[in-house]
Amino acid sequence: MKQARNRLLGLARVGSLLLALALVISVTGCPPKEKPSPTATPTPPVTKAKPAPKGEPIEIGAIFSVTGDIGAPLGDPEKKTVELLVEQVNNNGGVLGRPLSVTVKDDKSDSTEARLAAVDLDENKKVVAIIGPSLTPTTMPVKDYCQQKQLPLVSCAAGKVITSPVASYVFAVPQTNTLAADRIFDYVVSQKINKVALIYLDNDFGKDGRDNINAIAKQRGVTLVASESFGAKDTDMTAQLTRIKAKSPQAVLCWATGPGPAIVTANAKTLGINVPIFQSHGVANLKFIEGARDAANGVMLPAGRLIVYQQIPDTDPQKKVLSDFASAYKAKYGADPNTFAGHASDAFWLVVNAIEKAGSTDRVKVRDAIEATKDFVGTAGIFNYSPTDHNGLTKDAFVWVKIVDGKWKLEQ
Amino acid sequence: MTLSLLARAIRAAGLAIFFAFVAIPLLLHSAYLATVGIFIGIHAIVAVGLGLLMGYAGQVSLGHAAFYGLGAYSSAILTTRLGLSPLPAMVAGTAITAIIALILGTPTLRLHGHYLAMFTLAFGIIIQTIFNQAERLTRGTSGIVGIPPFSIGPLRFDTVPKAYLLVLAVLALSIFAVRNLVNSRPGRALRALHESEVAASVCGVDVPRAKLEVFVLSAILASVAGSLYAHFVNYVSPVPFGFGFSVQLLVMVVVGGAGSVWGPLAGAALFTVLSQFLQKTGERIAFVGTTDTILFGMVLVAVVIFLQKGLVSLPSRLRGEATPAEDSGI
Amino acid sequence: MTLADQLLQYLITGFSVGIVYGLVGLGITIVFNATGIINFAQGEFVMLGGMAAAALAANGAPLWLAVILAVAATTLVALAMERLTIYQLRGASVITLIIATIGASLVLQGGAKLLWGPDAVTFPPFSGDTPIRIGGGGIAPQRLWVMGLATLSVVAVQLFFRFTLTGKAIRACAINRRAARLSGISADRMVRLSFAVSAALAALGGTVLTPVTLMQYAQGTHYTLTGFLASVLGGLGNGLGAVLGGVTIGMIESFSSGFISSGYSKAIALVVALIVLWWRPQGLLGRRQLQ
Repeated sequence: MKQARNRLLGLARVGSLLLALALVISVTGCPPKEKPSPTATPTPPVTKAKPAPKGEPIEIGAIFSVTGDIGAPLGDPEKKTVELLVEQVNNNGGVLGRPLSVTVKDDKSDSTEARLAAVDLDENKKVVAIIGPSLTPTTMPVKDYCQQKQLPLVSCAAGKVITSPVASYVFAVPQTNTLAADRIFDYVVSQKINKVALIYLDNDFGKDGRDNINAIAKQRGVTLVASESFGAKDTDMTAQLTRIKAKSPQAVLCWATGPGPAIVTANAKTLGINVPIFQSHGVANLKFIEGARDAANGVMLPAGRLIVYQQIPDTDPQKKVLSDFASAYKAKYGADPNTFAGHASDAFWLVVNAIEKAGSTDRVKVRDAIEATKDFVGTAGIFNYSPTDHNGLTKDAFVWVKIVDGKWKLEQ
Repeated sequence: MTLSLLARAIRAAGLAIFFAFVAIPLLLHSAYLATVGIFIGIHAIVAVGLGLLMGYAGQVSLGHAAFYGLGAYSSAILTTRLGLSPLPAMVAGTAITAIIALILGTPTLRLHGHYLAMFTLAFGIIIQTIFNQAERLTRGTSGIVGIPPFSIGPLRFDTVPKAYLLVLAVLALSIFAVRNLVNSRPGRALRALHESEVAASVCGVDVPRAKLEVFVLSAILASVAGSLYAHFVNYVSPVPFGFGFSVQLLVMVVVGGAGSVWGPLAGAALFTVLSQFLQKTGERIAFVGTTDTILFGMVLVAVVIFLQKGLVSLPSRLRGEATPAEDSGI
Repeated sequence: MTLADQLLQYLITGFSVGIVYGLVGLGITIVFNATGIINFAQGEFVMLGGMAAAALAANGAPLWLAVILAVAATTLVALAMERLTIYQLRGASVITLIIATIGASLVLQGGAKLLWGPDAVTFPPFSGDTPIRIGGGGIAPQRLWVMGLATLSVVAVQLFFRFTLTGKAIRACAINRRAARLSGISADRMVRLSFAVSAALAALGGTVLTPVTLMQYAQGTHYTLTGFLASVLGGLGNGLGAVLGGVTIGMIESFSSGFISSGYSKAIALVVALIVLWWRPQGLLGRRQLQ
């Protein structure tokens, strides 16, 4: 009897704990209220009703780093984008009259999983093409596999090694670090700055940025007085910035993604570093401004037009694509899309358009169609592919942006 | 009576399932299943070594990914930079790893329990940092591309089925070697060591030497597995060789059962299969797709709670006997 | 910036980063003392505290309330975790328990990502962003809060364990569980209590940190790792040692970042820690164990 009572008491205790937990979760779990957007959301474009797609679905694969600390901020919105666009396509008659089916696999920011995902998509789903992966280290094993198997791959990662040297079946959509660094140094030189310091993230993106900056700085006659790095999980970069401050640079460049750049910017302000701070296009994301708060004001960076789409004049050829995408994304997910979501959109349309143009799902024909794509208006820029250029963008893919009053401001 | 029959049936079924699993990818001509099998096999080779270290020598290592990485990077650098052919490169790489393990293993002899864990954790991080930073040698985060597939003389393992058979062969060899070690005199000395170091040394076991030997052996196995990985994926970067993978190995060993030779293999299989299963279910059921990490964690906890001595002890537990499997306590 | 200024800045940074490592290490030590295991989900408590506070603040709660609720919520989560994992594994081997905590940490990480997304979050600092000028550099006011609260917590915990009956009871369980039970101490309750205290400590740390370091769902692992290293370096089982170990690691990281190489700074700190352990295997403040 006493045992039963104790057991009941025990259960009651656990029960009440769980109830309390549930209450707590429901309170804290509410997503933060979104700040109202400055302009009214434009109405979605009206299209003539197309006949519903029918027949056997066309299979496309996608590999994104939906989980994993480095990859999740990239892979999560990329996945959301693809899901949104598949719906859109199927509501508008599908592809070649057939429904479109996309299988999204999470590689957990892990190269082994990425490779497995590629094999699975190829063998079990017999996909026409693969979109992604999100990161360079996860792209590389997939790149080899796809090239071997002659399966078109459109990566959403920015590493130079993905498209250089060119592998016939492998393409990429993000603006590369080379273009971004080039754009920054245009500004640096125009301001007669000749001593800069660099602080970068200790991963592929950051190191690729560093290598590009080393090369371009030498070309343009700018001296790099310091080159410091930090880890992805580091929470304080004051030591590195102290070392930088001691070398008296005229500007500080930060090359990273994730929470790092926000911390760097805040730390720089704390230390009293007053020179201009430039960031890479890796921070073209509202989270950066949220994270750095006040310190973000004054920061300048090259960015794709997507983050300032409302300030882009209507005459810009990218305007329609940008606002259509942004409003559709916002309508479904309640937030503006970030740069990475844009990459997924570009990759998606590149593939879908190629299938339409090739008029078939034959992998060779689709690959040829992708490579022949010219004047494709995407979110990152206007793409022109060729047998020697599998990235398709130029410096014009960037606009120069400054953060003013906690918002992105397009500068001329 | 029925329970014992049941237990024996489970054991037989287990073996049958095992052989079936091994054969299926080849029978179905499925590159996907074979690839899964290859990764299970490679992980299992490392896990078996780690299981030996933990289950028999009673030492824990939170940095075994480092030895795996050393094998992978040695093979990568020796084949792409120095043009060595894969087999000699693997042998050389294993020798390098063994020497490093010898150097690192000596201080561990003085450490116990959590201090040992920390030491291994630390050198795991240090070695991964070196992979990242020593860019002239390892090309840092860009990684090394173009690693050729494994080959022994004219025999090239350049297709998935061939690579699968290679990994199976190496795995079989590893299990065979470890099994022999465990059942031999030095092996019995090891088990005595695990129970009580004082008792073992009183019986004339050279305790430090035995522990060091096991440590180096486990590092050698990890290194061989790493080389196989490099030749299969044709690319290495520092990312897979860190704490995350060391923890995964630990989980494989403990969940499978550190005290047996087959345990870590079962653990490696369960781990990979579960993760792939959750992925595939996640594609069909959106809820699973967003919660797969949570589900994985829950399954892990559940398995540990219900099978405290590891999967491999299941038949014995049903029989009701005290498990022959060693307790893999620190 | 003069050399003296730089040195001062490295000192400040090293201490403010190190005291956080020490705080997490302290939490690990508390659980270790009561259960003999390393709680691999300790870092997740830090993360949960920070992210819950950020979510509450974003929903309009005043900061002080957000912090209190976040700490309370994390403590509840820790208790639930204890009940569902540690309690179920009474009598199991140490390594099994550790694996269970690893499983729990995965659940907590997945849960955080589900609730709050993959991006890092933050909320406004307690007393504004204006940096306080020191020498040629400065320190963020929030960092002072971090250092202050961390130091206060350490002192409070030490007092708790030394002078309160409950604290001594927990220590008794660590020394000899059976004897403690014979004296009427419920070991289970002590375990629960130790989890609660260490989780509250971690969550508090997380909330104070988030305004300056941001918090992301996967950041817990980093805190667990460094906390573990700090506690072992300091002498496992010694709370003050854990804090000392943490500060030491933080200082070495900071100075080596400033004078040697930022890329290798973590590795250098580890090498020094290993050398210390080689020379003094029981840790900085640990007692030499009888073989």
